[in-house]
Amino acid sequence: MTVGIISWGSYIPRFRIKVEDIAKANGSNPEQIKNALMISEKSLPGIDEDTITISVEAARQAIKNIDSKKIGAIYIGSESHPYAVKPTSTVVGEAIELGNNYTAADLEFACKAGTAGIQICLGLVKSGMMDMALTGGADTAQSKPGDPLEYTAAAGGAVFVIGKEDVVAVINETVSFTSDTPDFWRREKEEYPSHGGAFTGQPAYYRHVINATKNLMEKAKTRPENYDYAIFHQPNGKFPRRVAKILGFNEQQISPGLLVGYIGNTYSGASMLGLAAVLDIAKPGQRILVTSYGSGAGSDSFDITVTDKILFNQKRTKKVLDLIKDKIYVDYSKYLRNTQ
Amino acid sequence: MAVPKIWRKIPEYYNLIGKLCPECNAKFFPKRTVCKNCGCTRMQDYKFEGKGKIVTYTIIRTSMSDPEQEINEQAARNIPYALAIIKLKEGPMLTAQIIDCGDSELNIGKKVKKVFRKILENGPSGVIQYGYKFKIDK
Ligand SMILES: [Zn+2]
Repeated sequence: MTVGIISWGSYIPRFRIKVEDIAKANGSNPEQIKNALMISEKSLPGIDEDTITISVEAARQAIKNIDSKKIGAIYIGSESHPYAVKPTSTVVGEAIELGNNYTAADLEFACKAGTAGIQICLGLVKSGMMDMALTGGADTAQSKPGDPLEYTAAAGGAVFVIGKEDVVAVINETVSFTSDTPDFWRREKEEYPSHGGAFTGQPAYYRHVINATKNLMEKAKTRPENYDYAIFHQPNGKFPRRVAKILGFNEQQISPGLLVGYIGNTYSGASMLGLAAVLDIAKPGQRILVTSYGSGAGSDSFDITVTDKILFNQKRTKKVLDLIKDKIYVDYSKYLRNTQ
Repeated sequence: MAVPKIWRKIPEYYNLIGKLCPECNAKFFPKRTVCKNCGCTRMQDYKFEGKGKIVTYTIIRTSMSDPEQEINEQAARNIPYALAIIKLKEGPMLTAQIIDCGDSELNIGKKVKKVFRKILENGPSGVIQYGYKFKIDK
């Protein structure tokens, strides 16, 4: 059975703040930060936006192209669900008028909860339990004022519908690489996350992304040159570029899905929005590799082939690139108002 | 607002579900049980598309008084914001916030479309109300 993505939708809030403005507030050198993180600005939520509203807007885009009554499950992955208890996914279900005959749950695995959702949906559809399942990754990322995270923690999300009919992007293979690695965490009732500084690199991001991607290519019997596009989780501009180089992917393969420089790190939305940006422009027959990363820690890797059905969706879906371009700059005081 | 009332209004707030009169075809938002034109009581649910035009608007620069403590400091932090009377494509008029736009983008007659936003938080421990606001339809 051919199972894969049958539709997708994206959402990025309209507000942006420049690295210069955050650096000024912190008394830091903006050029140094821009060079270190390879990011020039980031998105931030409107005062009335959160993971629920972002997920709803993305889901409404995604269901434009399909018979949404066939959706049997909703999973939303995030580390900024507005409620500690009360699911995001049921609000999304109601907002896209799914009725009541569906199952739902919220997912949490730092920045990779969205791709975990894709794997769950894949299992449900492949096993024949349902025809379609919807999953999303969205965040309004929190960061302590003055923390290095403040330059990257951003807002946005994407939603994918997995199904077996009119598949626009076949998911050929998926593998994961998971371990207990405390590189980034937030305890219950704490407002902001904590992280292990440099420890977030080698034993965390690189180890998991590299192993998951290598294992995927081994399973799919592919090599980097077989892929037209590669998307890696993007906490900053440096990590995904470096991991791509280590794995043997070039700049042309990664640049269409590398959004962090313009919108920052959208956490659970990051690799999902990267994939959505690539689906916006991919041609039938092209091959895509995606590897997410979630602290704590794990990576999900996917081998995807685009079908000719994608052209229909591309005409109707709001493009990530247009969402990136449609922006309003705010200063640091407005930024604090919207995010505190 | 009490939780049952918030819950009952979900279809209205999330998806602009109003009423259609099967006798005279009049459309209403918010919903009503009896047709204002012909007295028909067999009103049917009707989903408004969420597109319309600004009839008039104002910019709120002072926080609303809050005797029942329903609006938390979120609304105060939101100032200034635009509040508009919008005429929906299908006819009815409603009041809603226009969001994500600069003063220069706001104008009477401007086309707008619905978006899904947080409306009220009912304090730090209350139920969060979601629903429609509008943005400029480019
Ligand atoms: Zn009537």
